[in-house]
Formats: sequence, C-alpha cells, structure tokens
Amino acid sequence: MKYFFKNRLALIGFIFITIILAFALFAPKIATHNPAAIDTKSILSGPSNSHILGTDTLGRDIFSRIVYGSRISLSIGFIAVGISVGIGIFFGSIAGYYGGKIDSIIMRFIDICLCFPTFFLILAVIALVEPSIFNIMAIIGLTSWMGIARLIRAEILTLKERDFISASRIMGARGSWIILRHLIPNAIGPVLVSATLGMGGAILIESSLSFLGIGVQPPTPSWGNILMDGKSTLGVAWWLTVFPGIFILLTVLAYNLLGEALRDLLEPRIVANERIESK
Amino acid sequence: MSVLKVNDLRVHFRASAGMVKAVDGVAFEIEKGECLGLVGESGSGKTLTALSIMKLIPENAKIAAGEILFHDINLLALPNDHMRGIRGSKIALVFQESGVSLDPVFTIGHQMTEALFTHRRLVNRKEAKEIALEYLNRVHIPDPLKTFYDYPHQLSGGAKQRVGIAISLLNSPELLILDEPTTALDVTIQAQILDLLDEIIERHDISVLFISHDFGIIARMADRVAVMRNGKIVEMGMKNEILSNPKDPYTVNLLESVKALSWR
Amino acid sequence: MIKYIIKRTLGLIPVFFGITLISFFVIHLAPGKPTDIQTSLNPKVSYEARLRMEKLYGLDKPIHTRYIEWLKRFVKFDFGRSYVDSRPVSEKILERIPVTLLINVSSLILILAVGIPLGILSAVRRNSFMDRATTVFAFVGFSVPEFWLALLLMSLFGISLGWLPVSGIKSLDFEYFSLFGKILDVARHIILPVSIGAFGSIAGISRYMRSSMVGIINQDFIRALRARGLKETDIVYKHALKNAILPVITILGLSVPGLIGGSVIFESIFAIPGMGRLFFESVMARDYSTIMGILSIGAILTLLGNLLADIAYSYADPRIRCGF
Repeated sequence: MKYFFKNRLALIGFIFITIILAFALFAPKIATHNPAAIDTKSILSGPSNSHILGTDTLGRDIFSRIVYGSRISLSIGFIAVGISVGIGIFFGSIAGYYGGKIDSIIMRFIDICLCFPTFFLILAVIALVEPSIFNIMAIIGLTSWMGIARLIRAEILTLKERDFISASRIMGARGSWIILRHLIPNAIGPVLVSATLGMGGAILIESSLSFLGIGVQPPTPSWGNILMDGKSTLGVAWWLTVFPGIFILLTVLAYNLLGEALRDLLEPRIVANERIESK
Repeated sequence: MSVLKVNDLRVHFRASAGMVKAVDGVAFEIEKGECLGLVGESGSGKTLTALSIMKLIPENAKIAAGEILFHDINLLALPNDHMRGIRGSKIALVFQESGVSLDPVFTIGHQMTEALFTHRRLVNRKEAKEIALEYLNRVHIPDPLKTFYDYPHQLSGGAKQRVGIAISLLNSPELLILDEPTTALDVTIQAQILDLLDEIIERHDISVLFISHDFGIIARMADRVAVMRNGKIVEMGMKNEILSNPKDPYTVNLLESVKALSWR
Repeated sequence: MIKYIIKRTLGLIPVFFGITLISFFVIHLAPGKPTDIQTSLNPKVSYEARLRMEKLYGLDKPIHTRYIEWLKRFVKFDFGRSYVDSRPVSEKILERIPVTLLINVSSLILILAVGIPLGILSAVRRNSFMDRATTVFAFVGFSVPEFWLALLLMSLFGISLGWLPVSGIKSLDFEYFSLFGKILDVARHIILPVSIGAFGSIAGISRYMRSSMVGIINQDFIRALRARGLKETDIVYKHALKNAILPVITILGLSVPGLIGGSVIFESIFAIPGMGRLFFESVMARDYSTIMGILSIGAILTLLGNLLADIAYSYADPRIRCGF
C-alpha cells in the first residue's frame, strides 16, 4: 500500500545518494576529463561521445565538473549540517534541561533568529566575509540550527518528565551528566531526520549562492556555479543549465525521500492513518 | 412488535496481532418502549455492537455476518443514503463523552439546527432555532439562549452531555442507543443525567439500548439485561431475574463487584 | 481575543529589539569597512582622507554608541544614507518595496488558492492516484532549486514560446497602455516569478493541509457527526475543513520569511526592480546602511506577517476568540 510505495522511493533515494557519494569519493576515476581543462575548440558543444553532457563556456567538460562538483556540494552539506546539529543540540539541551529563565531566553533568541529571512542573512554575512568554502559551510550551519534546537528541547522536556524523576530517585541526584547521556541518545531519532532533510536544504542554499556568484568561486566546480553561465546561454546551450540542475534536484530529492522515510520509521506515533478500535 | 432485532451479529477487526472476533454471534431483541441494558467489561464488544447498528464501525473492522432488523428492515443490506436518513432521526446515538462528539468550531445552536435541517423539512432558521431551544429546555439546560450561541468548550462536562442528549432527541428517534452516557462524569452529575434520562424515556416512550460496564447503573435503568463477554452474550433476561438469580459465573462475578462498591 | 492579540503584540517588542541588535552586530562584526571600496581600491586616497571619510560616516565612534543612535533613527525609519549614492536609504527601499510586496502577496494568494484545495483533495481521496501524484509533486517541489526552475521556465515560456516577457516589470511602451492594459502588462511580467516563488510553498502547504485533514477526519467528533446523519460532503467540506485549516494559517505566517528571502533570487534572474535585487546590489557594493535597512525591514515584515497570521488564527478558532 502506501507504506510500501514510500519505502520503494526511499530505497531509490538511498541508492542515488550512494551513487553520488561514489562520485565524490572516486571523482578522479569517474570523471572523463580534467574539470579545469579549458578547451577553446569545443566551447559550448552539446552532449557527444567525448563529452557526455557537453561543455561549458570555456570548453570544460560538464560531466567531469559535475562529478568533481559533487565533492564540494556534498562536503559543504555535511559540514553545514554538522554545525547546525551541533549548535542545535547545544542550545536545545540547555534550554530543555534547565528550563526556567534560561529556557525562555534561548527560545526568545530562536524566535528572533527565525524572523530574519534566512537568505537575506546568509547573503549579508557571506558577502561581507568573502566567499570561501569554509565560510559558506559555517554560515549555512549558523542559520539552520533553530529547528533542531527546538526538537531537542521538546524531546528533553518529555523525557524529563518520564525518566528523570525515577532516575534521580534511584541514583541520587547525579542527574545532569547521566541524564544527558540518556537524553541525547533518545532524541537522536528526530535529529537524524532533521539532519537528512537539512542536507537537502544545505545543498539548495549552496547552489543558490554559487549561482549568484557569492558561493563557491570558479574555477572550483560546484553544481551551483556551473549553472552560473546558464542564464546567458539559455537559448544556445541548454545542456549547461539542464544537467547540473537535474543533479541538484535528484540529490536533494533523494535526501528528502530518505528523511521522510526515516521519519516514518522513527516516529510511528505521529503516523495516524488508521484508528484502531477495541470495544 | 420488536423495534430492533439483532441476529447472529459477527464483527471482525484487523489488529496488529491478527484478526479479532470482537463481536461473535450476538443476538437480542428490543421491544417498543423497552430499555435493554447491555453490560460487560471494556473490550467485551458492547460499543462495537452499538456502532454496528448505526453502521459506523471503524475502517479496519467489518461486519462478517448477521442481520440487524429495524422494524423488519435489514439495516446491513440498506444502501448508504437510506441509512443516513435513519441515523440521527429514527435511531440516535449518545456517546460516552459529549465533549468529543461536538464539533469544537461551531456553536451549539448551529449544530442543533443543522441536525434539524438534515432530517426535517423546516420553514426557516427561526423555526429551527425555536425547536432547538425547546429541546435544550427539555434537557434542563439553565439558560438555553446563551447555550445556543455558545461553543462546546464554553460548557461544562455535564452541560455538554445534556446537549448531546438533546441533539439525539431532536428528530424524535424510535430507538435511542446510549453508550456509557455517564461514565465520564462526576458522580453527582451522573445522578442528574440518569434522572434526566429516566424522564426523557418515560415522556417520549422511546426504546433504549443502554450500554454500560456499571451494573449498578444498568440495574437502575434497564428493564431487561444482556451480559456480554468476549464478544458473546452469556446471559440475558428480565432485570430482576438476573439480579436475583444469575446463572452464568461471569454474571455472578460482575454482581459481586457491584455489591462491593455499594453504589447508591 | 483582544487580550490575546495585545499579549502577542507586547511579546513581539523584545523580538523587535532582538532583531535590531542582531542585524546591527552582524554587519559590524564583518571585517572590511564600507569605505574600502572608495579608499583601499583607490591608491590616490591618502590615509588622512580615509580617516575623514570614516568620520563622516560615523565609523569612528564606539560600537554601543553607534547602536543607540542607530536605534533612535530606526524607529523613524531613518536608515541613513546609502554609501553608494548618498540617497536616503528609506527612499531607496520605499521605491522598491511595492514591487516586492506585489509579488509576495500574489505568491501568497497563489499558494492559498492552489495548495489548500490540493491538500484537501489529497486527504479526501487518500491513496488514490491523485493523492500519490500530488505527493510526488510535493516532494519534487521541495527539492527543486528554484533558480533553476526559473531559468528553465524562462527559456520555455519566454524564449521558445515567446508568451511571456522575461525581464523587468513593465514593457517599454507601458505608458501608452490603458489602465486595463497596464494591469495586464504587469501581470504578464510577474506571473513567472510569482508562480515559481510559490512552487515550493505550495508543495509544503498541500502536504500540511493533507495531514491536518487526515488527522481531523480520524477524530471522534467526525464519527459523532456521521451518527447525526449528516451528509458526507457536509462533514468533510464544512466541519473537517474548518477544523483542519486552523493550523495551516499559522504555517502560512511562517512561510513569509521564505518568500521574502527568495525574492533575491527571482528579482535578480528576472531583472525585477524590487527590494531583493536592491539587497543583492547593496551586498555586492558593501553598502552598509542599505543592507541593514533592508535586513531590518525584511525582519519587520516577517514579524508583521506572523502577527497577522496570529490574529487571523485567533479570530478563526472559536476556542481562542471566545476564550475560557
């Protein structure tokens, strides 16, 4: 039924991600050309036997650039998500565990951060600190931790009610460290879901930034900046626009499918398609 | 002359462990003006029986066999829109907790007039409102006009239950099914609601199927009693008979537990 | 309800201050000064001249003083003058805001008009072909890079088919059109950015609406409504719908910042003279005051959007409107 349908898609997503990961890891073996090799003789040529996906405005092979670009896009995604998860867990657990004033302050802070159109904030900061790859990772991470923080806080609040009371009675109030050791592993579920979905988001943001010219700088290939010349070459060289975009789309889609499948798996209490009666 | 006749009703439902025979060959009759008390523990299949009569069983359950005859019409064979005409008019159901049987975003008055418009041919909204207010009076709501314009969350539990009863009576049902109507209420309110039900039943001469796990309440309200356990009726008869001379060991158990609680 | 609104509005004040604080510090923590473009790149400018320029722009005072002064001017919507062309920032923003607002409001309307019915239908016909197709569409909608979609559609509708113009917000001979012609012209220009901008949100809203509806339909009171003999269409499209749409209102409020932020991309691609494009240009030119101005306005708009959504919700949900 529907569950199976979703499961199959998630599997496809997982396989696709593995393929892209393979691209990233084994780029030199998979790419057909040197991604930086400029070949003025074959500028903007369409897909052919020698250039599977065509060439760009400098005659560079698009397929190879995409393959090498996967390294950049994926690593930016991983680290950005890592940063956001780290910050999110930090703030979320403090807020959830200590409660009271600290909780209010942190939640208020999160509310404020959420008021800023994320993209505006990212643009503002990135353009002012010069667009290095590390900066991009950091900025994306710094602007996406809020959701995870809330999740962790919610988990800790629920867990606090349940286990904390009995645990502190049994073990004597050595609560804090032990609880943190218990709470965090339990809250991993939704965090994993958020992280997976966050990968998709990070890749989208990075490609948007690179497309606008303030992300990864050429000649380093990233899926976004391959598309940079797309606008001006639309009529002439559709492959320059279509192929990198398809890769972005499929990769983000794969992460989203995987994330949703994980969510269904790890949070069965939320899925309520059928109500069971027992009278 | 029986209003309702249930023959060999079997309802199965799909649980995670497999197929459960929640109602397993239940049969009974209700005469006009009679109150049949269906008593048993939670999980005995009482509510599912009631829902089957209304053909409102949940998605993962199905009626595997049997007949439900309402004045010689087999409800189970009836097409849906005919059944809809019967629900809420000829046969009405009062749920355990009226709090969850009222739509929270519409006023009481709106929901009552809606029920009226569904089953009757009325002239205009004014007429519907008057009828609704009349019924709110009959269930002894202190300020019918205010309640008419209130939302469910503004009423107390007891008031909501009265409203639930009022809605069920709006279209003059012949059969009233009450599924644990007082279980969710305080003891004092319980007593009031039971008094109200006594009054209503007598006044309107309705046939009643009264479901409860509380033998004490059944003892007070019912004429005849049927004891249900694990989807089957283990004993059925006139109330006094059952109370004084229970034959099935399960019935004996139930009665013992009531005496221990010394209700009323 | 009034009490609720007042409480919410008061709660927004600290958020407002927080916004001003954060935007202020974010900009000023960055290395490099706005005068760099005019000074470091120009070898002829002497050190003293540079100091003078910085003093002119008030860059020499300590940071907390600058913040207080800025705050005082903020509430008057005085963001100073642009470092690029010395025009008042508020003036520059003001001339661009109507366009951005037009596009974003139109996007919101589109999101409502398409996303909500889609979600409802998916819920009512669960697991049908339509439902599955919508789910696929939703997933793709989340995953597609919007600028890419913009490029593709632009090339399809603008270049290949030539149906729609691809840049700007009005045609060259705008002035000669009748009123109706003017409206039509603007509409033709914005239909692409509006639709593409709404795309992702439509996907999101339809999914959310669907799960909201499914959640409501599974609740007990729906069964009670059936027991009253109500028509199924009434139950679904009147009762369930009214209940299910409430949380969606809040979600709509939350999609406002996304729309505003996204306008940067669309306005750049479609060469639309809106606030987003101004922001981008200011960022490239390191025009401090304009950047801060737009950042703050963006946050304020988000705040307003959330407040409006809150008010709408408190009105729509009788449990809040006629509270306990």
